[in-house]
Amino acid sequence: MLYEKGRRHTVSFTLNDTPVSGEAEPRMLLTDFLRHEIGLTGTHVGCEHGVCGACTIQIDGEPARACLTYALRMEGREVRTVEALADDDDALSPLQQAFRRNHALQCGFCTAGILMTLDAWLKTHPNPTEQEVRETLSGNLCRCTGYAAIVRAVMDFVREGRHA
Amino acid sequence: MKPAAFNYIRAETLDEALDALAEYGEDARVIAGGQSLGPMLNMRLAAPDVLVDIMGLKDLDRIEFADDGAMAAACVTQARFMGRLELRRAQPLLHEAMPWIGHVQTRSRGTICGSLANADPAAELPLLLATVGGAVIAQSKRGQRAIAAADFFQGMFETALGDDELLLAAKFAAPKPSSGVAFREMAERHGDFAIVAAAAVADADGVTLGLGGIDAQPVVTRFDGLLARDAKAALTDHAKTLDPQSDPKADAAYRRRLARELGLETVLKAMERRHAV
Repeated sequence: MLYEKGRRHTVSFTLNDTPVSGEAEPRMLLTDFLRHEIGLTGTHVGCEHGVCGACTIQIDGEPARACLTYALRMEGREVRTVEALADDDDALSPLQQAFRRNHALQCGFCTAGILMTLDAWLKTHPNPTEQEVRETLSGNLCRCTGYAAIVRAVMDFVREGRHA
Repeated sequence: MKPAAFNYIRAETLDEALDALAEYGEDARVIAGGQSLGPMLNMRLAAPDVLVDIMGLKDLDRIEFADDGAMAAACVTQARFMGRLELRRAQPLLHEAMPWIGHVQTRSRGTICGSLANADPAAELPLLLATVGGAVIAQSKRGQRAIAAADFFQGMFETALGDDELLLAAKFAAPKPSSGVAFREMAERHGDFAIVAAAAVADADGVTLGLGGIDAQPVVTRFDGLLARDAKAALTDHAKTLDPQSDPKADAAYRRRLARELGLETVLKAMERRHAV
């Protein structure tokens, strides 16, 4: 099926456990769709060519760059953004709490992408070494913290934060 | 940066994808994971009129490990291939090198075949296929053909694929018994494209060395009957024959030196591992 350029087409998928539907031109990035069509601005836009990791979300449970995905490609998929982490009363998730305890963010621009990477990755790597954490974080650029506090937060979460 | 406008075809069958490629030819590009093509579209280094999305073709999600090699069909992601337990024994070089490809967040979507078809001179997968050997299967409405790894890469972002052909699968040849392998890479950050990458396979008769980031396509050289004590001289001579480009990341002299040093390290490591078997 061909979706013509310059026209808006309907796309439907599951966003943070809720069905959503909207309209997008074929070239519309998922980042812009989430922020401008849906109105969820937790997903940040940095380099827009897959390098910085600020826009990292989860597609079918795996961390992925929202800027390297066109909204129409999400038809029928499951997308999770940083808005899914806190519960309905806005209580922070254990991973977010570990970030807070360890001062793992300063300006916070990169944080959403880092959290969505780690939230997915820690499910398949529940007991990582510090080196493995650093390698995984290499896909998310942070220009404030020097990463030390972020790594500390992850190791804190791994040790005890999970049950906090 | 936003891509230029394109028509989007979500292929539901292989025939639909092949029909689109036959109809639109050079105006069409295939998109699978979009981790190589996506950045090029966003930066408008590529601006196809039609994007043919094949990621919904479940038949192209196959992985096969056979005696003569490991096969990944068009939609197999790098993460899924890396996750296969057979990889360490069947393709030790890929097992060692694949963590260097991009990041967790790009390997989850990026495909093996997509990186090969994109043919970035600094990407790891083209280097790995060229070094271990094997073939890709190209499919079009005209039929199917195998293209040997050595003939596939034809220049910077250029392959032997025709405008109407889809890269259906890639097959990495099985290593000879008791081969040793090694991989090294120098990049600005782990997961970035290589400044220079070196991959070596040592067997009973000699060593094959592949170098990425040096030329428009992987440079693969065979050193027959090489002895460890002669490796340094051989790599010094080899580096002198290379003609790398200068770019803002690294100048030609630095790349040549990396080729010599990383080449020597991987060759010696591969030989040592062969003896250890």
